[in-house]
Amino acid sequence: MMEQIVIIFFSAILINNFVLIRFLGICPFLGISQKIETAVGMSLAVVFVMTVASLATWIAQTYLLLPYDLVYLRTIVFILVIAVLVQFVEMVMQKSSPTLYQALGVYLPLITTNCAVLGVTILNLNEGYGLVEALVHGFAAAVGFGLAIVIFAGMRERLELAEIPEALQGVPIALIIAGLLSISFFGFQGLL
Amino acid sequence: MNGSKVFWRGIFGENPIFRLLLGMCPALAVSIAANQGLGMGLAATAVLVASNILISLLRSVIPDKIRIPCFIVVIATFVTMVDLIMAAFVPALHEVLGIFIPLIVVNCIILQRAEAFASKNGVWRSTLDGLGMGAGFTLALVLVSSIREIFGSGTLFGLDIFWFWQSFEPMRIMVSPPGAFIVLGLLIGLINFLSVRKA
Repeated sequence: MMEQIVIIFFSAILINNFVLIRFLGICPFLGISQKIETAVGMSLAVVFVMTVASLATWIAQTYLLLPYDLVYLRTIVFILVIAVLVQFVEMVMQKSSPTLYQALGVYLPLITTNCAVLGVTILNLNEGYGLVEALVHGFAAAVGFGLAIVIFAGMRERLELAEIPEALQGVPIALIIAGLLSISFFGFQGLL
Repeated sequence: MNGSKVFWRGIFGENPIFRLLLGMCPALAVSIAANQGLGMGLAATAVLVASNILISLLRSVIPDKIRIPCFIVVIATFVTMVDLIMAAFVPALHEVLGIFIPLIVVNCIILQRAEAFASKNGVWRSTLDGLGMGAGFTLALVLVSSIREIFGSGTLFGLDIFWFWQSFEPMRIMVSPPGAFIVLGLLIGLINFLSVRKA
């Protein structure tokens, strides 16, 4: 059990990195990686939402979808759970911790359409993970997302000083750099 | 703007992948082989057209404040239908596309078209918009996946195309995740270059 959890944890962060290997959550990865601070803020919000979403969808799946044989409705149910959850987290945060809300506020609504969140919940269902495994997987996948986006933001900050051909400025060069970063993460393939 | 302009703009001027940079996740993930790119493109087009039609029909009924959840439910319904239809009729393709079929729900193009176009326009124009954007998305996906398949596997739609050059060594990097980023980055750069020179 313990061993399996460790494997899930490291494989979600390094070997099957959500952004660089599985291609989930590319939109925020490209959109919110201009500065390291915003990348860190977004990552923290994603870690929080993905872990809670793994819990919430696990509950929906175990007590609603599986007993009533409704697994084919997973997409609709999960996206609604995530949308409600994000809204709820936003409201709670606004009341209970305005500082954190200030820091993460703008990123929260964007998370609903972050495909990494829906992706991790569907992967949990497909892999048949139990509660602990689903939580660890959700948390680790979000940490992997955060790691990739923060490294990438650091590279893009440096890039602002570089001279790049006009046609490649902006997104094209960012994608090529993401490719190079992906090569380095590809090196973790043989780790486990 | 007349109807044909609404249609063509999705393919060239506002191509979702090359111009609007929306829906990048499937464009990177499933573009390993041309048939996968085509399948993904058609599935997304079906959802896009159907949701555009329904949302433009319901646009006076949906309350403004909760429009986004309403759009998501409509989109998720069509995605579930496409998911089940593909599992029944093209199980092999459904298997390789895997998690990216349910993830059409969070494909930014579909929600963006619902919000920016279908909720403000009539049924006919929304249909054309869906068809144009879907065609642009499909073409972009087929282009990226053809390049990756030709150089990465030496085939196109599964057919051997390097029969005249037997010593061709497929480039493994092209069919692995890093190749997706690099090919798409270079393609967008090329398109920028061509459009800058034209202007």
